[in-house]
Amino acid sequence: MLAYIIRRVAQSALVLLIVGLVAFAMFRFVGDPIDNMLGQERTADDIERLREQLGLDQPFVVQYYRFLENAVQGNFGVSYRQGRPVIDILMERAPATLELAAVSGILAVLFGIALGVFTAIRRKGIAANIIMSVSLIGVSLPTFLIGILLIYLFSVELGWLPSFGRGEVVDLGAWTTGFLTASGLKALILPSITLGLYQMTLIMRLVRSEMLEVLRQDYIRFARARGLRNRAVHFRHALKNTMVPVITVIGLQVGAIIAFAIITETVFQWPGVGLLFINAIQFVDIPVMAAYLMLISVMFVGINLIVDILYFFIDPRLRVDRKGGH
Amino acid sequence: MAEPVLSIRNLSVEIPTRHGILKPVDGVTYDIAAGEILGIVGESGAGKSMAGNAVIGLLSPPAHVSAGEIWLNGERIDNLKGDAMRRLRGKEIGMVFQDPLTSLNPLLRIGDQLVETMLTHLPISKSEAEKRAVAALEEVGIPGAAKRVNSYPHEFSGGMRQRVVIALALCAEPSLVIADEPTTALDVSVQAQIIALLKRLCRERGTAVMLITHDMGVIAEAADRVAVMYAGRLAELGPVRDVITAPEHPYTHGLMASTPLASRGKSRLHQIPGAMPRLDAVPDGCAFNPRCPRVADRCRQAPAPTVDGNAAACWFPLQHEEAS
Ligand SMILES: Nc1ncnc2c1ncn2[C@@H]1O[C@H](COP(=O)(O)OP(=O)(O)OP(=O)(O)O)[C@@H](O)[C@H]1O
Ligand code: SF4
Ligand SMILES: [Mg+2]
Repeated sequence: MLAYIIRRVAQSALVLLIVGLVAFAMFRFVGDPIDNMLGQERTADDIERLREQLGLDQPFVVQYYRFLENAVQGNFGVSYRQGRPVIDILMERAPATLELAAVSGILAVLFGIALGVFTAIRRKGIAANIIMSVSLIGVSLPTFLIGILLIYLFSVELGWLPSFGRGEVVDLGAWTTGFLTASGLKALILPSITLGLYQMTLIMRLVRSEMLEVLRQDYIRFARARGLRNRAVHFRHALKNTMVPVITVIGLQVGAIIAFAIITETVFQWPGVGLLFINAIQFVDIPVMAAYLMLISVMFVGINLIVDILYFFIDPRLRVDRKGGH
Repeated sequence: MAEPVLSIRNLSVEIPTRHGILKPVDGVTYDIAAGEILGIVGESGAGKSMAGNAVIGLLSPPAHVSAGEIWLNGERIDNLKGDAMRRLRGKEIGMVFQDPLTSLNPLLRIGDQLVETMLTHLPISKSEAEKRAVAALEEVGIPGAAKRVNSYPHEFSGGMRQRVVIALALCAEPSLVIADEPTTALDVSVQAQIIALLKRLCRERGTAVMLITHDMGVIAEAADRVAVMYAGRLAELGPVRDVITAPEHPYTHGLMASTPLASRGKSRLHQIPGAMPRLDAVPDGCAFNPRCPRVADRCRQAPAPTVDGNAAACWFPLQHEEAS
């Protein structure tokens, strides 16, 4: 068990090192940092001094090491555009994205699994067929279009829900939350549906096909032959086995939700890190871009690590077993 | 004579398809008494499993019972629906499948699978069920049962898993067990043990057993009577000894001649020419007529008389004067 987790952590660290290298390369080679930091009026002296100060005269490996050292401490340098430490800006923006991603992720996973199970069990029913057809739309419509349609319907036509922003937020010190005000909650509805819909349909379709596969297995026939109630056959026996292959995909999709937040945040002018990133691209604000990249990959890797450990708890075959039988 | 546990009367199963209606089981009649083991033999596709699935109510649609009756302990069960039938499964009818490697849920401890089965059918507490789970494993010969209840299926070998499957099939004390090729997937070395176990447990409890197999050795070893199926119909039914040593139906005769059975001491194996007809091309009259050495015009016109009791479904059965 411990060996398994250590192996996974080591793999995660490796992935992060590689992403770090990409982020660092961006810093170093996209545009000239000196150019970016000094304005038009500069002397050769200024440049030389800054180069030394930033350690740019050091060998590549040393520079990379410095970069990592700083990154681990949360030091990503100063935003070219805002002149403030990147980490401060990110921390201001992160709660908005994380709350949006959390709500979308929970919606996608809960509804995805529930509808997937339903459409698998009632494979031939009318409701299941309607859901399957509608889900095709969910998979094929681009996110921004869904967002715009929702805005048109619920904000413009019906006027029920706000079309942009986070609503009122409550400042809890290190964290600002939209969960505690009515307007904050209302503002979450459209963006989280927009962001989670694609993942929900994906999870639903996957759960359905895996569940149908599981329902064909011998142990399900045997469970029925033992006279177990439908509820036990479907949820105790089938669903658990369905989740084994599905859970990896769910992990990836929850990660994807955070990454895809860029589009949704743009459509809804949601003040999160995604919108920050889009603005950073426009201004070639490399430190912000690099930090965003690192942040997203840490989350991806973290989620995957959690999924791997979950696996381990669901599937006894993965556990180191005392060999039995003969 | 005591009432049989299982009584199948003129049972037919139909599968409607685009190319017409197929009849994988066609007018089959037999009884199984308490404590009796009835062997069902026949080539692959003869309808053995279909008949078993019909009894336990697990035909996969569109297959369905189209005619005949199934009686269990004096109650008609072929017309039971949904939950009423579900209650009988596991409780009155236990089932053992062919492949023990895939019959058990890999994610649940075997003890939990036993406990859930008992709690579904028996009015006992959870702790009582846990106690009985250990006892059930002991009974099927799992060493260290008290510990092994907490093991997962992958921690057992194939033979041990089939013992677990048998424990599961018997744990609510059903009056009938359907064993569909219970040893086909096992090592030859453990096949005999599993058959002996099944036989002992059912004899002790007076359980009726429907033992489906195409291994005549298994039949000779365990069964009291044997039913031979061909193209969905019953070709011959009788006590094992009679059917093996003095088959009356030409198909059974061919089948015996093609089976290496120590008790018959034949050294050269005989092959029946041709193959069993596909379900969409069963010939008129006796289904065996294209392959039968004794075929006559009559066989092509009228279906052979159906088996009821101990007889062969044949117009011209083989005579065994020397035996009587
Ligand atoms: N859904 C279906 N559609 C058409 N034919 C089917 C279908 N299911 C089963 N059959 C046919 O029904 C017949 C009886 O099958 P069954 O499984 O009862 O045979 P069996 O005697 O158990 O053979 P085996 O020894 O291979 O297990 C076979 O010929 C099979 O091809
Ligand atoms: S009825 Fe005729 S064809 Fe059929 S088995 Fe008997 S002799 Fe052969
Ligand atoms: Mg079969």
